[in-house]
Amino acid sequence: MKFLTSKRKTVTEATQSFTFTRRAMVLGGVQGAVGAMLIGRMAWISVAENEKYNALSESNRVNLTLIPPRRGWILDRNGRALANNRTDFRVDLIPQRMVDAEGTIKHLAQLLSLESDEVDRIREELDKSAGFRPVQVADTLTYDQFAAVSVRLPDLPGVAPSQGFSRYYPAGATVGHLLGYVGAATAEEYKERKNPLLITPGFKVGKDGLEKAFDRHLTGKPGAKRVEVTARGKIVRELTTRPDTPGRTIKLTIDAGLQEFAGRRLATQSGSVVVIDCKNGDVLAMASMPSFDPNSFSDGISHLEWDMLSKDDHVPLRNKTLQGLYPPGSTVKPMVALALLEAGVGPEETISCGGAIRVGNTLFHCHRRRGHGALNMRGAIAQSCDIYFYQMAQRIGMDRIAAMARRVGMGQRFDLPFPSQSYGTVPDPAWKERKYNQKWQVYDTVNATIGQGYMLINPLQMAVMAARLATGRQLTPNFLFGAARPAAPLAGTTEEHLTVIRDAMSAVVNGGGTGGAARMNVPGVLIAGKTGTAQVRRITMAERAGGVRGNSSLAFKLRDHALFQGFAPFDNPRYAVGCIIEHGGHMIRNEDAPMIASDTLSYLFDPTKAMEKLVTLEKGWGGTPAERQERQMAAFRLARAIEKGEAPPPVADNAANATNAVAQNATASAPDDSDDAPPPPGSDGADVP
Amino acid sequence: MSIIPHPLTQFPWRVLLLLLAIAGFGTLVLYSAAGGSIFPWAINQGVRFCIFSGMAMALSRIPVDIFARFTFAAYGALLAALVLVELIGGVAGGSQRWINLGFMQLQPSEFMKPVIVLTVARFYAMLPVGEIRRWNAIWPALVLIGLPWSLVLVQPDLGTATMIAAGGVTVMFLAGLPLRLFVGSGLAVAAAIPIAFSFLHDYQQKRVLIFLDPESDPLGAGYHISQSKIAIGSGGIWGKGFLQGTQSHLDYLPEGHTDFVFATMAEEWGLVGGVLMIGGFLLLFRWGLRVAMRTQDKFARMAAAGLTTTIFFYVAINLMMVMGLAPVVGIPLPFMSYGGSSMLTVMMCIGIIMAIDRSSRRQQRPGNWA
Repeated sequence: MKFLTSKRKTVTEATQSFTFTRRAMVLGGVQGAVGAMLIGRMAWISVAENEKYNALSESNRVNLTLIPPRRGWILDRNGRALANNRTDFRVDLIPQRMVDAEGTIKHLAQLLSLESDEVDRIREELDKSAGFRPVQVADTLTYDQFAAVSVRLPDLPGVAPSQGFSRYYPAGATVGHLLGYVGAATAEEYKERKNPLLITPGFKVGKDGLEKAFDRHLTGKPGAKRVEVTARGKIVRELTTRPDTPGRTIKLTIDAGLQEFAGRRLATQSGSVVVIDCKNGDVLAMASMPSFDPNSFSDGISHLEWDMLSKDDHVPLRNKTLQGLYPPGSTVKPMVALALLEAGVGPEETISCGGAIRVGNTLFHCHRRRGHGALNMRGAIAQSCDIYFYQMAQRIGMDRIAAMARRVGMGQRFDLPFPSQSYGTVPDPAWKERKYNQKWQVYDTVNATIGQGYMLINPLQMAVMAARLATGRQLTPNFLFGAARPAAPLAGTTEEHLTVIRDAMSAVVNGGGTGGAARMNVPGVLIAGKTGTAQVRRITMAERAGGVRGNSSLAFKLRDHALFQGFAPFDNPRYAVGCIIEHGGHMIRNEDAPMIASDTLSYLFDPTKAMEKLVTLEKGWGGTPAERQERQMAAFRLARAIEKGEAPPPVADNAANATNAVAQNATASAPDDSDDAPPPPGSDGADVP
Repeated sequence: MSIIPHPLTQFPWRVLLLLLAIAGFGTLVLYSAAGGSIFPWAINQGVRFCIFSGMAMALSRIPVDIFARFTFAAYGALLAALVLVELIGGVAGGSQRWINLGFMQLQPSEFMKPVIVLTVARFYAMLPVGEIRRWNAIWPALVLIGLPWSLVLVQPDLGTATMIAAGGVTVMFLAGLPLRLFVGSGLAVAAAIPIAFSFLHDYQQKRVLIFLDPESDPLGAGYHISQSKIAIGSGGIWGKGFLQGTQSHLDYLPEGHTDFVFATMAEEWGLVGGVLMIGGFLLLFRWGLRVAMRTQDKFARMAAAGLTTTIFFYVAINLMMVMGLAPVVGIPLPFMSYGGSSMLTVMMCIGIIMAIDRSSRRQQRPGNWA
């Protein structure tokens, strides 16, 4: 500064020139310094921080895609596949990469000719997926469709075609409730487990049934594919691939053939059949129908199909074998009889049935208004006489009956690989006191004795009850083939008592009892069983006076449940069965519990013959469950379209198809059943209570 | 002296070869940036370089006096054009930097970069020697700079405005204004920054903070700088090799052929390529400043040094931006970045410096022989 000030007054051309030269040199120095600084900065980034930026560059460039592992197979006891994997071409949407969602969906819908309800489902899932979860557009595509999408990828950001595997259930709906289904993981599941595999397109987790229970076991280890991608996510080339390790298989005690047979044999009814091996409690079949088709769930179920399933009064979405609770009705009578025997009642003691008995202020009726006359235990079970049990039960008291009910498995919660299980109630005085704070009344005993009132059972428990009555051992149900389990302990009953019961149960079917319809057409094999009817409404005195209304005149939900439990052969029990037809009302003989149970058991002894009969019967029911459901779906779609005004109301021909399907769906409303169904073989015309 | 004919020895071979080397390298980088194709960038850039080199040679034949004489006229014309841009821009709505002449797009602010240098140089050349330390030596220059600066700033084009101001102030520095003025205003600006920052809107503050730490918003405003640093950093010392850059070829690096072409280059050629390139530019600046120091004419020497510094600002601002030392302001890298107007401007600067070089040699030669 001082230097400059001193020069102030003496600025000349020469000094100015000197100043310029000096300042130009300063400028040059600054430029050189900046250059050096830039080189230094660049060296810092590219040498000192090289490792960091190299890693960032690699993570930009290389995209690690997980290859979803193939899910382990589910096999039946004979090694037949109940669930396997099928190669498929699929297309997914990755929401966060999409630019024009609406345009992309429209383009895809046109390319893949998607139905409008499918498009709705995609839109809905897209809204819910919140960016990180892929949404399935379609799978099981043909190669041509797959190729058509693949070549248009540059115009369709966010669309991810892939070749993968999808779960396939050869038996379709009949294994729906047994195996459950698989589906993409939900946002909650991902948040919980934080496993990137869960959001990999094509990866499915078990959602229900055994698929859910054994999910970890069935899930394999994912493979990985390293691909080079551009900033827009376009794959340039594949770098390396590590193949996936498929999940482990599980082998079930289920007999695939029997399971499918049982499902189909349930006909158009809302019901369930459970078959148990009397040797060790292995569950051979556990069918609940109607059911969803797990195949359509694995593909992402359409809104329409879901709607149809959830509105059906035959509740296809509920697993009736485990979650359905029903009053067991008369099927408890053999159990009550066993309790009577243990309490000292002799099998030959008789009671005279006059058709009704007064308990307290109420008159209790027998199902047979005229009464049965004098009956011993065998006759009472065979004829399902209510009066015999009303009287005998009052003699020994409820506590002993309840104890026996628990010994045969009622109210018991089994250790099962299923997410939920309703296990019913065995009422006794202590229970009522606890639950309702009321004293146990005699009429409670009377009600419980015939399986009404507070008593509730699920179909699996009923099969277990049959198995325990048949064997006298505390069998518990098992689903894993060859599971190491201790032999079932004895139930503490005497062989002598059991023989009485088995004999009486055989009389139900073969001795002119109420279960004649269950007679089995297999030489040398006699089935023993017990029928049951569970009222779901109260019959008033007024109605009784004017005659009890027939089931066919009642609304579906008010009809009686039809039940059957039994085993075969009766003298050397091998298999036990439990069957409940919800609101069946004993209206259609070949769709009633006794014959369904009996046919199902006969499959184990003579599959060919059983199948022949089933195929004949199915013609009258409108085909296999899959065919019937397809028709129901078409009718539902049409009805929905009419509702929205997109299609004209049914006139003549174009709606004939739909009306048929609706009629099929509601077969139960047609009381004259025998006209349109072929006469079932082995029918003997005995009446069912 | 030599057997080589005089016009040939006088021809500025060395600087032309230097330019050719830099531009050739730039064209090579553009070839790679296009994924190993001369289309669409490398070929255009090469052709442009040839045309503009011709133009620079033509400019170098023009006597410096002519430049001096038309300086103010050019300045006035450009100022008018800037006002016009503002008016038309007002009609079109939003930022407008171009005037559509029908056959081409004219960007007056681009030409203002060299012209402001010439104008301020002309002003100080005309200023009597004794006036240099008076107030009269300061305010006219500030007005000359301030008018185009504010017009460009409201376009808004912060990068160009900064370069116009920097070019003008450099010439003021070279003219010999008291050093304390620069030191004082430098300190004042530094002190004002925190105060100015507090007056900014939240989103503007956020932008500044993101510039200071681009990784805090790697997908948003910091994306350019983050990706550019990744490209440079992953190149290492020797680079990934020609045509092997992944950041540029897989489109992670935005603007990899224009503003961020240096990152494209650095990824494939590494630190070595960067040092060579910066070295090349430093040689160019050294040539320009030496021309300035050789020259006796006041206008000419200030113009030569000022124009050199203008090119320097291009390079410095661009490289600082690419390396994350300056915010993203959209200043291209001369000879490397794809684009016509910046190359035109830089070649004009080069041409004028060559003209100055030529005339200063002419003046010196008789003296030498006398």
